[in-house]
Amino acid sequence: MKQPSLTHVLQPKWRTALQRLREERSRGGSGKLILLTIVGGLFWAGVFGVLFKILKYLRGVEELGPLIPAKILGLILLSFISILVLSNVITALSSFFLAKDLDLLVSAPVDWLRLYLAKLGETLIHSSWMVALMAVPILAAYGVVYGGGPLFAVYALFAIAPMLLLPAVLGSSLTLILVNVFPARRTRDLLSIVALGAAAGVILLFRLIRPEQLARPEGFRNLLDFLTVLRTPTSPFLPSEWSTNAIMGFLRNDVDPLPLVLLWTTAAAFVTLGALLHRGLFPQGFTKAQEGAERFIRGGFWRWTLGGLLHPLPVAKREFVLKDIKLFFRDTTQWSQLILLTVLVVVYLFNIQALPLRRGEPVGFFYVNLVSFLNLGLAGFVLASIAARFIFPAVSLEGRQMWLLRSSPLDLKALLWSKYWVGTIPLLVMGLVLTGLTNVLLEVSGFMMAVSLATMAGLTLAIGALALSFGTLYPQFETENAAQIPTSFGGLVFMMATIALLAAVLVVLSRAVYTYVRAAFEGQALGVTGEMMAWFALAAAICAAATVIPLRLALRKMESFEF
Amino acid sequence: MIRLENLTKLYGSFVAVDDISLHVPRGVLYGCLGPNGAGKTTTLRMIAGILRPTQGRVLLGGDDVHTDPLSAKMRLGFIPDRPFVYDKLTGAEFLRFVAGLYGQEGDAVERRIAELLEVFELTSWKDELVEAYSHGMRQKLIISSALIHRPECIVVDEPMVGLDPKATRLLKDIFRQFVEKGGTVLMSTHTLEVAEAMCDQIAIIQHGKIVAAGTVEDVRREHQAGNASLEELFLKLTGGAHVRALAEVLGS
Repeated sequence: MKQPSLTHVLQPKWRTALQRLREERSRGGSGKLILLTIVGGLFWAGVFGVLFKILKYLRGVEELGPLIPAKILGLILLSFISILVLSNVITALSSFFLAKDLDLLVSAPVDWLRLYLAKLGETLIHSSWMVALMAVPILAAYGVVYGGGPLFAVYALFAIAPMLLLPAVLGSSLTLILVNVFPARRTRDLLSIVALGAAAGVILLFRLIRPEQLARPEGFRNLLDFLTVLRTPTSPFLPSEWSTNAIMGFLRNDVDPLPLVLLWTTAAAFVTLGALLHRGLFPQGFTKAQEGAERFIRGGFWRWTLGGLLHPLPVAKREFVLKDIKLFFRDTTQWSQLILLTVLVVVYLFNIQALPLRRGEPVGFFYVNLVSFLNLGLAGFVLASIAARFIFPAVSLEGRQMWLLRSSPLDLKALLWSKYWVGTIPLLVMGLVLTGLTNVLLEVSGFMMAVSLATMAGLTLAIGALALSFGTLYPQFETENAAQIPTSFGGLVFMMATIALLAAVLVVLSRAVYTYVRAAFEGQALGVTGEMMAWFALAAAICAAATVIPLRLALRKMESFEF
Repeated sequence: MIRLENLTKLYGSFVAVDDISLHVPRGVLYGCLGPNGAGKTTTLRMIAGILRPTQGRVLLGGDDVHTDPLSAKMRLGFIPDRPFVYDKLTGAEFLRFVAGLYGQEGDAVERRIAELLEVFELTSWKDELVEAYSHGMRQKLIISSALIHRPECIVVDEPMVGLDPKATRLLKDIFRQFVEKGGTVLMSTHTLEVAEAMCDQIAIIQHGKIVAAGTVEDVRREHQAGNASLEELFLKLTGGAHVRALAEVLGS
């Protein structure tokens, strides 16, 4: 029998993607496209600019100059490969074992090799597109600084493509083995915890070794040792090293075909071995993937603990809040993000604690207050990222069950209210603890402590409302994975709106704080003046408006939802 | 009990439901029949308050679903065709949650949950997460959830899909008893035998319009169908000639 082509097997995927684009365009999505292009362009320009400056500077440095750029590229590509293996393992689980089209493909007379290649291609694209986009400004900077010319673009593509393919094969093979050991849904739980735990560990480790110390001249005890380290390849067996050698060889006009040959032959061998492994293990693994993760939930932990606390609320609101909390803690992909969050907070506090602020008075007082004030912006940004992860997807996650909520007499206001407070109260506690602790570490005055805590409370209430509202205005009802929802266009708009809010509030408050710090610096009497009160009132009004208006808009949007 | 007045639903320029008016009295089991894409599900979802009509209104026991939704919905139990429920809740937790949405709690709800789970043979599954339930079990759970608050009327879209013969029979009995006690059921179905055996009255929908309504006998009389079965009547009203031609193609 003639087998369908790979393009044919993947037809539903690319046709769906094209159709989505068309729908976006017909919905007047050109504004969205322009915004995405601007943000993406700015990001690219930023990465390109920073790397361009570094590389240009290094080119002029003798001895170290030619070595460090290659080392930097090697490290960048190595980190890309590590990220890719992890993301391919997770993506392969969805595309090979949990995707909706698998029943159709497996039951159709499509041979195992077609299925493998189609799903490998899907895994590769889904997990590598971000890394590939990120590589563009980096390689462009290398190409421009070293005068690689237009041919370099083609050559770089040729050197990077197999490097993306290898982690895809490795990741999907690892997943195949894991699924044969555990049921697919358990494997997903396991992987999301392991992946986030690993990411958290790396961040923590990287921060705790205090890389900023390496920048101090006294750190280099022996230049010769340093040069030796730079000359040694990270590992001669790593594909990232081969890609680096191929790219740097081209840029130095010293083209050596060996790295490219190594890359492409290894990729071919990996695909062949991966295909053989797929032929042997996929049928068994796919069968195991159909098994549910059976779990009996006895007892009523939340009922007896939180249920009691929520008793004064009307029954509909209480049940809704309880339901949301249970769903959160029973979904591994959701709560496991708390691991990463904890690490971020630890790193944040560690950074504050490591700041060298108290080298002399009275400059110390000025800097402490300045840092404490700017800390509000940073903490606000951290809270916004958390809100994007946990509050923004709240309405989208109701998608398929909306029939129940809309056909029941639950007031939509109550629904929005429950979602808002379930997300905002933990955020508020966290915001206040984070600000309070950093201020204690900085040993700020009572005035700054009060201003910080009050501002943080106002900002958190507004950030929670913005997250929920933008999540309602840009819902993603069809997404199965909650972790993907914040990376949507709506998530981007939410982050931009939050940054604007933080900037507005900080600019307004800076006037009041400046008056206070100047008075302290000049040894004048410290007190809250009428002018300061006016600035505080304006900041409070901005926060209140950013809370109430978006929630009203969200309610109106929710009333117009149709399913 | 259920009254539709000039109900219309447009999707862009496509007319999904075209000026439907219908009255389903209390104590009646009413069947909504029609080919795929005729507008049955859209009509039922407008009655449940999930879709907003482009024109017209829906009254449940005198309350408008869209201007006075809370009191209208208190009377209603809705059973959709696709059983989407929260995967990470157990069966008992889901029923308790739905009861809460209708403002009900306490021992009476716990007793009702136990009773419904027993009737639908889900008692041994009550503490298991819904993600482990089969399609039919989810459907049974949703039917239980529609009954938990003792509604006055039930709107149900394709009730028998995914149910085993025993559960199908049980559901027929439940609906019959519900109607005998004064409740109202409006259901859409493709299973004409079910409609013929169960429904007191029917409406046949084609291209978003009601093309025939009343008792099966009324419809036969109106369309001079003699003693034709409901299936023959249905095919006659909804383009049976195409079906016969199709059968010939498939059989050749």
